Amino acid sequence: MTTVIEQIQISATVNGEKVTRLIEPRLSLVDFLRNELELTGTHVGCEHGVCGACTVRVNGEIVRGCLMLAVQAGGTEIMTIEGESDGGEIADLQKAFHERNAAQCGFCTPGLIMTTTELLKTNPDPNRAEIREYLSGNYCRCTGYEAIVDAIETVATERKGG
Amino acid sequence: MADMIKDHILDRPNSYIGKTIPRPNAKRLLSGRGTFTDDVKLLRMTHVAFLRSTYAHAEIVSIDASAAKESNGVVAVVTGAEMAEVCSPWVGVLSHLEGLKSAPQHALAVKKASWQGEPVVAVVANTRAQAEDAIELVEIEWKELPVVTDMETALDADTPLIHPELGDNLAWRRELDVGDVDGAYANADHVIEETYISNRHTGVCLETRGILADYNPGEDQLTIYHSTQAPHMMQSLFAKHLDIEEHKIRVICKDVGGSYGIKVHSYPDEYATVALAYMLKRPVKFTADRLESFTSDIHARDHRIKTKIAVSNEGEIQAFEIDDLTGIGPYSVYPRTSGIEANQVVNLTGGQYLNPNYRAMATVVLQNKSPMCQYRAVGHPILTMITEGMVDDAARKIGMDPLEIRRKNLVPDDAYPYTAPSGLPFENLSHQASLEKLVKMMDYDGLRKDQAEAREQGIYRGIGLATFIEVTNPGPAFYGVGGAPISAQDGATMRLDAKGNVIVEIGVTEQGQGAEAVVAQCAATALGVTMDKIKVIAGDTDITPYGGGTWGSRAAGIGGEAAVQAGKALRQNIVEVAGIMLQSDPSTLDIRDNKIVDLADGKERIELSEVGRVCYYRPDTLPKDYQSELVVTRHYVPKQFPFAFTNGVQGCYLEVDTNTGFIDFKKFCVVEDCGTVINPQLVDEQVRGGVIQGLGGALLEECLYSPEGQLLNGTMADYLVPMAAEMPDIEVGHVESPTLDSELGAKGAGEAGTGGAPAVVMNAINDALNPLGGKVTVQPFTPERILQAIGKI
Repeated sequence: MTTVIEQIQISATVNGEKVTRLIEPRLSLVDFLRNELELTGTHVGCEHGVCGACTVRVNGEIVRGCLMLAVQAGGTEIMTIEGESDGGEIADLQKAFHERNAAQCGFCTPGLIMTTTELLKTNPDPNRAEIREYLSGNYCRCTGYEAIVDAIETVATERKGG
Repeated sequence: MADMIKDHILDRPNSYIGKTIPRPNAKRLLSGRGTFTDDVKLLRMTHVAFLRSTYAHAEIVSIDASAAKESNGVVAVVTGAEMAEVCSPWVGVLSHLEGLKSAPQHALAVKKASWQGEPVVAVVANTRAQAEDAIELVEIEWKELPVVTDMETALDADTPLIHPELGDNLAWRRELDVGDVDGAYANADHVIEETYISNRHTGVCLETRGILADYNPGEDQLTIYHSTQAPHMMQSLFAKHLDIEEHKIRVICKDVGGSYGIKVHSYPDEYATVALAYMLKRPVKFTADRLESFTSDIHARDHRIKTKIAVSNEGEIQAFEIDDLTGIGPYSVYPRTSGIEANQVVNLTGGQYLNPNYRAMATVVLQNKSPMCQYRAVGHPILTMITEGMVDDAARKIGMDPLEIRRKNLVPDDAYPYTAPSGLPFENLSHQASLEKLVKMMDYDGLRKDQAEAREQGIYRGIGLATFIEVTNPGPAFYGVGGAPISAQDGATMRLDAKGNVIVEIGVTEQGQGAEAVVAQCAATALGVTMDKIKVIAGDTDITPYGGGTWGSRAAGIGGEAAVQAGKALRQNIVEVAGIMLQSDPSTLDIRDNKIVDLADGKERIELSEVGRVCYYRPDTLPKDYQSELVVTRHYVPKQFPFAFTNGVQGCYLEVDTNTGFIDFKKFCVVEDCGTVINPQLVDEQVRGGVIQGLGGALLEECLYSPEGQLLNGTMADYLVPMAAEMPDIEVGHVESPTLDSELGAKGAGEAGTGGAPAVVMNAINDALNPLGGKVTVQPFTPERILQAIGKI
């Protein structure tokens, strides 16, 4: 028995670039980004929407790339860590994470940075408990989180001119 | 040529030792430009998925792969019998763990599977999805065999044998009896017995295990991209079991997304992937999914320990006794074996206390669960939990404050070098100084006062203390003497280029802990250049010096020292050339801030880049009988002591909600003595990350099995790891007792946080529950177990 799954064409704007691919309907968004577009900064951690390593932005909202099918992203605007990084919007976050050693193995880091951009958009002045609460959907196995909380606190303070 | 430089690394001008320098290699990770193994793509690359046993113990009666072979995109379907023709089996024993036995283990199960998750059939296809589709079409006829899951009954006469050829289910037993334990019991005011349990948990690296192997028959070369901690060890093992010469195998280890000991072992599916690439003569990639990570990554720390402590009314500890039972799964893991965890428990329990009477027994049994092996802080979370649990048991019995009993019994700082009852030598530990520093940091007396006030209001808070010892900088005594192909020494090769930049190639590997950064700091300091001139290359067996990689908290202490010695040797070579160019005695010259300077007053002579230019482009201007050497390699292995033991103490203050069983951390402090601190921030973050990982095992993490050997929580939604919202901030302090075994004096810092955390949180919970008559001894200390302890449920 051999099954050939019919492919579907989707188009999206990824990091400002229009892309079109023929894909299987079962392909997840994160596998689409990683395997079809070779944007490997977005990672697969748990495949259950728990760990946050696959966090990307779709039409402005942060989503779990492992819980969304690529076909659902047809016609959307997608931003990944590569696009956010090259655009310079997260330079202060990257600097603070670097100086505070808020990344060790760095596997969770792109997802954490994507989540943090959303946190600081919705709550520009979070306290430590609020930061910790907001990050509860992003697992980090190396740092123990404190350095990450420190780095985000630093950026929040800097952004409000402190 | 003898190295003539006499200055000490800790006395260098413009030193980076002891400075917080952000890791140069972290920027790529922050911009999504890291290269983890699954990120690598090769031409004609295929993907392998494994059909894994769904039974904990079952005979493979027959395999029909015909439909799978016809499935779309399938390149090959390979069974255990076919795999065995290419990849030979292994037995996970070491000669220095006398009597340890295990059965031959294959890359793919042959004849029977011995745990749920053991790989049985490999399907290679053009995509992972196609490979998984085809797995559905493989027909296996299984005959279920009786399972052995309960370690308590594994050795009973009526328990079936997992490997009948071994004669029993006992993998190993070690017994130790030092001093006069029975005499101590006879004379003691109190002998307190308890049973502690550490339940099985695992590492949960966020990046799952991954390997991509490619075989080029034209040059007879295997190239393997591997998420591993020990590239040279893997090169040696793949060579041995595929019967290929080692130099025809190149293992490349790029970014590793968490390892913690999980990725220092060799796994059946990884041998199979490499063998498949060899068989198919094209690239084969394996990336574990999360479920197969839970069922095939090593598990750890499944121990039941019966303890006894003898103590006088005055608080003198008179004897420790432990009976440790641990179940390791169906095989001892290769090549480090699954005996080391129990061995550490026997070696180090009670080692920080002045007590000559010690009896220990460790019984290591086989069972039909995922194999267990070394995970961060190997054995220490267990032995520290029981040691510090026993000491608190004794203190409670005689009504002494836990701080006082520790002050009274810890080996004094001036007693070193000191030999533990197990015979292990400790060079220089600082238990007393560390404890006193911690007491100040956490304001122990203030917390006791707060605790008393809270209790009057019906709030239950507790203070925990946990002193610990940690094995770091292991020499060959750990594995090499037992026959494992694991290098105890490591090297650094330093090369000055024509522009005054320096390439440093090292045998230790980066896992995110900052190995490359601290090596760069050591190299830059020893040579006399700024950090921006240094580029570190690690994780490539074709390029770097032969080495052991990263495990046992060895990268900074061993790799750093190799870099120090290489940097000094290169400086010697450079000032020799500079002496010729400047017509000065080389012994009057130094290198500082990328310049050749006068040693005496730092007066600038020439740029380092000028030396590079002359040596490479204009050697005709140097004497005809002189040859410059701007590449040096130096190695280091600890020689005076088998291990550089570190020590420290953790203290925490927490509140237990006696209605919900939840705990809330109020304060968490750690004092760590890892000798010379090379990069304070990186050390502190190793401590913090290590503590939180230890708290995971202490509070949340447990691999739950059914009596049939089925893993019940194989997703990260069901298996809990620490999350940001519930974990404490941690204050870290240091005492520095450098090892004299190296010039640098650095010991390891990667594991001690994990080793001490379960003990300190247990002691704090029990301090809180004591007025209610409650006590927890079973890890993880879940809300349910806490409520059971106080009779609420």
